[in-house]
Amino acid sequence: MNEMNWVAAYPEILLLVLACVVALVDLFVTDPRRTPTYWLSQLSLAVVAAMHFAAMGDAPAVAMQGMMVVDPMSHLLSGVSAIALIVTLVYARPYAESRDMLKGELFTLSMLSLLGVGVMVAANNFLMIYLGLELMSLSLYALTALRRDHTVSTEAAMKYFVLGALASGFLLYGLSMMYGATGSLSIPRVFEVVAAGTPNKAVLILGVVFVVAGLGFKLGAAPFHMWVPDVYQGAPTAATLLIGGAPKLAAFGITLRLLVDGMLGLANDWQQMLLVMAVASLVVGNLAAIAQTNLKRMLAYSTIAQMGFVVLGLASGVVNGSSDFALNAYSSAMFYAITYVLTTLGSFGLVMLLSRQGFESEQISDLAGLYKRSPWYALVMAIYMFSLTGIPPTAGFYGKLAVLQAMVTTGSELYITLAVVAVMLSLIGAFYYLRVVKVMFFDEPTDRAGLTAPGDARLVMSLNGLAVLVLGIVPGGLLTLCSQALTRALTH
Amino acid sequence: MLLSLAIWLPVVFGGLLLVMGRDENAGAVRWLALVAALISFLVTLPVITGFNDATAAMQFVEKANWIERFNIHYHLGVDGISMWFVPLTAFITIIVVLSAWEVIETRVHQYYGAFLILSGLMVGVFSALDGMLFYVFFEATLIPMYIIIGVWGGPRRVYAAFKFFLYTLAGSLLMLIALLYLYNKSGSFDILTWHQLPIPLSAQTLLFFAFFAAFAVKVPMWPVHTWLPDAHVEAPTAGSVVLAAIMLKLGAYGFLRFSMPIAPDAAREYAWVIVSLSLIAVIYIGLVAMVQRDMKKLVAYSSVAHMGFVTLGFFLFNELGVSGAIVQMIAHGFVSGAMFLCIGVLYDRVHSREIADYGGVVNTMPKFAAFAVLFGMANCGLPATAGFVGEWMVILGAVQFNFWIGLLAATALIFGAAYTLWMIKRVYFGAVANDNVKALTDINGREFLMLAILAAAVLWMGVYPKPFTDVMHQSVTELLKHVAVSKIQ
Repeated sequence: MNEMNWVAAYPEILLLVLACVVALVDLFVTDPRRTPTYWLSQLSLAVVAAMHFAAMGDAPAVAMQGMMVVDPMSHLLSGVSAIALIVTLVYARPYAESRDMLKGELFTLSMLSLLGVGVMVAANNFLMIYLGLELMSLSLYALTALRRDHTVSTEAAMKYFVLGALASGFLLYGLSMMYGATGSLSIPRVFEVVAAGTPNKAVLILGVVFVVAGLGFKLGAAPFHMWVPDVYQGAPTAATLLIGGAPKLAAFGITLRLLVDGMLGLANDWQQMLLVMAVASLVVGNLAAIAQTNLKRMLAYSTIAQMGFVVLGLASGVVNGSSDFALNAYSSAMFYAITYVLTTLGSFGLVMLLSRQGFESEQISDLAGLYKRSPWYALVMAIYMFSLTGIPPTAGFYGKLAVLQAMVTTGSELYITLAVVAVMLSLIGAFYYLRVVKVMFFDEPTDRAGLTAPGDARLVMSLNGLAVLVLGIVPGGLLTLCSQALTRALTH
Repeated sequence: MLLSLAIWLPVVFGGLLLVMGRDENAGAVRWLALVAALISFLVTLPVITGFNDATAAMQFVEKANWIERFNIHYHLGVDGISMWFVPLTAFITIIVVLSAWEVIETRVHQYYGAFLILSGLMVGVFSALDGMLFYVFFEATLIPMYIIIGVWGGPRRVYAAFKFFLYTLAGSLLMLIALLYLYNKSGSFDILTWHQLPIPLSAQTLLFFAFFAAFAVKVPMWPVHTWLPDAHVEAPTAGSVVLAAIMLKLGAYGFLRFSMPIAPDAAREYAWVIVSLSLIAVIYIGLVAMVQRDMKKLVAYSSVAHMGFVTLGFFLFNELGVSGAIVQMIAHGFVSGAMFLCIGVLYDRVHSREIADYGGVVNTMPKFAAFAVLFGMANCGLPATAGFVGEWMVILGAVQFNFWIGLLAATALIFGAAYTLWMIKRVYFGAVANDNVKALTDINGREFLMLAILAAAVLWMGVYPKPFTDVMHQSVTELLKHVAVSKIQ
């Protein structure tokens, strides 16, 4: 427990060092396109991602004097987050260049936010969760404000900062109560104490309420969703993607660390809250998205609805006091979160690729007739939309299938009813996703410009679309991976 | 291997067309599409010739692991119930390719690509023996059809495309929950395992209605049929043909593969619901069809009425009824497809579907009128045409079941004859109505070919339906035996 075990933390240490190197190197780069910085960051991220995936099979290890626990789950989430960041940077580069955002900070800060993600998902201690969370969030606040002469972005950054700080406060307050009740900040120790049933239940439950509220903010689940549409819409799309990609996996990771690793004994209490949040998210997200004309805002509401499904998965682990379904439920939620991030990368990425100098292309109507302008990218976007709707054969379908299956498998009437409610609400969702397809395919184009993005961004966009399709045809590998990654987290 | 080829050949060819095709080489695209459709049809022929009709077991079975985490298999096979739909789907695809030959001029490769992919997916629905595989094919068919209606459809195409997609999706999402429930009960997605699974009546009832939601929308049964006239009217001709000839059968087939064998007790318990809804479809929709001014709408409503016969036949639980219903499904595939093609032929020339815009077409298009009248006769169930066999068997089955139901069902023949013949009279006979009709030119070689093939099929099935009924005999008997045994334990 008390050794440092540096090896286990190598990817995080390396990422920190490389983020500093990138910051330093950028001082000497004069190229306005930041080519050396860009490629150095991409190389660093690729190395970090490779290290995480290479270590997937390793036995779980505790490091940093018990502060970190490095297991397949942390490797999988960090690795996917690193890839998400690589893809984001590819999409963001032309976009940032034409908006005077392509500075060294973009790369350093996004690498630091990834470091925050890595720390969070490997946290074995409440303090580490909070540290990681703040590292990630502060980097993201700054990234949102990167276009500092742009009033909308600045407003979004301000809103994000204030509400994010509030959420962190909630979480910290909840954690302090947990500490008060259990006398420990170490997650495994808290688990033991909760399981033993000695702590003051009232304080513990109050703590859980605050923790769940804080997590709700970070996941963007209703009723803590208010910041999501404003920030997603207001932030420069590159920052939106940085907020909507890896941080969702991080929020998922700490939810598992805190609620499952730490407080599985209180599952009956937090599951009720999660269920209410999930259904509220599905209702709010799906209904509000219908009325949107701004694509980014619509996708923001769709995120809320999608998170509803993730939360449903997280809330289906313990039924009638038995945690037999836990592995199935949490790994389904994880699969959902990963495929969702993959789809989000593509859809926001396409918004970025379609925007040009002085033109944001963020209204749904800006996509009009895309099918006649760039048929291939219209098809790719259609794949994303069908995936978000949950139509086979796309990755999103198996996400929904996995979560619904987890709910039906519990055999409890409540969960089966909720599954029916969830699919009916996602039927409403189908309407606004289909509308995007309709605008792209059935409407006449208003302008003739096609996609002018550089070759590497086009290639990655095509691969991204194919990945969503291929995962929809052979989802078995990723499903198994998620299930293996979580086996450890549940075998305390 | 055979069924896999029948599914994936058209899909691969469709994908190729999407990627390779350009409007500059539309001619090559058309020929490639025709060759693809022909090859895809040829690979289904061994399914007919190699089919052993002495057994009710699944044939041409293929099974491989697909998603191990959920015990989902790539499991294909056909029995006497599903066998004919595999070649029928491929056959209709050839007609579809022919029908659009000169009509579609822009984005030809995408049009043909979508239809070929759709054809493969529909073969997949008929041959899937794994519940999830079935669902994936069933849902995936929505995407190409949505695009086909939305891109190449008429003025209200967007409304029709949305309505089509959302109605169908609403039903199938409930089915998804039912499939997951069965998976949870049995630990697999194997349909044949589900057939043997004992289920209490309360659960059977819920399952039955979940499946009902999915399949009734697809068939479509009254009162959830309203998407069909819209979709038919707005879809391009080939879209209507595929919709009427094959897509509606996906729903009817679902009743036979899922609802009846998996929830037999609930099926018997609630047969009266289906029988009543079917009778309403047959009689009320028949009357609705009579007052239509739009030819496509008229045929669309007539489809609903004819499909009412199919669902009626299923839930009579006797061999005449079920076999008759399946024969009716196949016959309706030929006849409704042909009816929509005829409307397409007229629409391509005059650009109107209003009955009032026509009159005396026989004077300018004698060859075409001959075909149209033949298909019209088949649509009202004239003996010696395909339309007669199925309807007659279902009516006999209904009389066996209950005389009054048989009597009500038989009225459909009267209504069917009334609306079809009245339309034919107004469109084809009489004096030449206006200059548009006067300027009509008779069908060309391509149109003659596609109508002649269908006419041959319609007559063959009407005169000699034995190959069809022989194939399904064992499977239907087995199904009825299975349904008669209670699964409640």
